[in-house]
Amino acid sequence: MTLIHARGLVKRFEGFTAVDGIDVDVQRGEAFGFLGPNGAGKSSTMRMIGCVSPPTDGVLRILDMDPRRDGPAIRARLGVCPQLDNLDLELTVRENLTTYARFFGIPRKVARARADELLDFVQLTERADSKVEPLSGGMKRRLTIARALVNEPEIVLLDEPTTGLDPQARHLVWERLFRLKQQGVTLVLTTHYMDEAEQLCDRLVVMDGGRIVAEGSPRTLIEQYSTREVVELRFNAESQEVFAGKLTGVGRRLEVLPDRILLYVDDGDDAVAEVQRRALSPASVLVRRSSLEDVFLHLTGRTLVD
Amino acid sequence: MTRYVLEYHLVSYRRIWRSSVLSSFVLPLLTMLGFGVGVGAYVTGGVEGVPYLDWMVPGLIASTAMQVAIGDSSWPVLGGFEWQRIYFGQAAAPLRVADILDGHLAFVVFRTLTSCAAFLLIATAFGTMHSWWALATLPIAALVGLAVATPTFAYAASVRVDSYLAVLFRLGVIPMSLFSGVFFPVESLPGVLRWIAYALPLWHGVDLSRAATLGTAPDWSPVGHVLYLSLWAGAGWLLAHRAFRRRLVV
Repeated sequence: MTLIHARGLVKRFEGFTAVDGIDVDVQRGEAFGFLGPNGAGKSSTMRMIGCVSPPTDGVLRILDMDPRRDGPAIRARLGVCPQLDNLDLELTVRENLTTYARFFGIPRKVARARADELLDFVQLTERADSKVEPLSGGMKRRLTIARALVNEPEIVLLDEPTTGLDPQARHLVWERLFRLKQQGVTLVLTTHYMDEAEQLCDRLVVMDGGRIVAEGSPRTLIEQYSTREVVELRFNAESQEVFAGKLTGVGRRLEVLPDRILLYVDDGDDAVAEVQRRALSPASVLVRRSSLEDVFLHLTGRTLVD
Repeated sequence: MTRYVLEYHLVSYRRIWRSSVLSSFVLPLLTMLGFGVGVGAYVTGGVEGVPYLDWMVPGLIASTAMQVAIGDSSWPVLGGFEWQRIYFGQAAAPLRVADILDGHLAFVVFRTLTSCAAFLLIATAFGTMHSWWALATLPIAALVGLAVATPTFAYAASVRVDSYLAVLFRLGVIPMSLFSGVFFPVESLPGVLRWIAYALPLWHGVDLSRAATLGTAPDWSPVGHVLYLSLWAGAGWLLAHRAFRRRLVV
């Protein structure tokens, strides 16, 4: 069953187009990702799906309802974990969940029971009665995720769920999200972390400049837009450029960065042997598997977008 | 849905209600002693035939309504958008913009009413109430509260930094408390200032409150006062709703 259906979806603000005609279908039980650099239109898309931002143009149906008309009814069945936490810092951890549950019309008693379950799920039971203010970033994020689950939503929207967290905190969040996915909850997330997308998403779209530039599972995207392996060569020289000419024909594609050269190849060891045959002696050689990051940078470019 | 939002604000208030209740009583007590007994001793002839303290207290109740209402609609509203961002969390739930706005306004009215009730209690203990109509100061306070809270909500939702709120207090709240007939009759003001006092909401509440506690007729028709204050509240609500919508639905 299609839970989110978008065709030619557009969001325009005064003077610029944030989302420029995208088509998306998200099925029940899927973990779906929006990937893209800053300003690609991911958050605008999420806000439209979250029914807090009316689409400028195009078709958008969520849970087979129209967000323009049925906003509250749709939001009643969504869980939203926003990019910036908006917890009440003055309230306790538990009160943040119980007061939020009330917004969904959940009876107080049920809200309390559910808050306890969710605090256990996000491993915050010990902090249930402490204020939110002194919690670490990772704990606040987990509490925000717990709050998004308080109405037992059918779709959970996560806008950059682990941005700004330290590695331990990120892994804990991933692990909890993975558990949710196993329970059959539909996850829709945005991220610019490739490892996050590879870990969590069944299917994803890469967005750039408000458009979808690629779509597929992490594996098919790597197969389609990159090679099986990547060789990274560093030369001790002012410029890597001069060596690029001597590497033509090695691998399928070559990319020159300020500090190294990337060779996109099917077999890394063969490529390294070829480099040695050409009597080139790089200061360092690294053979690695191609990742979603390579796909992403290939599709959206390396220029920094702020 | 509005009541769930009110409930949230009450839960949030529970953390500070003790200190807040204390200050609700201390402030009127100090004013009674300082202004009424102290200044009143100099105004030996009284005002309009009653002792100065009795004349001034109903004005102070209305003025307290105004100050509490504006205080609770300025920083908390700005913070709801800019600091803790709680409104955005509420907007993601199945609440409408009007629920979010009305729930918070209901809480401001609750705060206004409890503060004014404390004042009324103290003032009664000082023997300044001349009529059972004095109880009408509470609904009047609620109306004054709404008349000033709604435009303040609109303003606080439209600015991004709190230095604008300080401007509101310096140019709005303080002059309004000084020139709205709380401490002296507006008739003593020169022409232009008097008309400003008539245009602002507080004087209408002061005139009504005074009539209520002294058991006399107000200077203006009571219906006119109520309608004028309702106009402020209604227009303010529309502006606040528009400002909230602009921030929450983009």
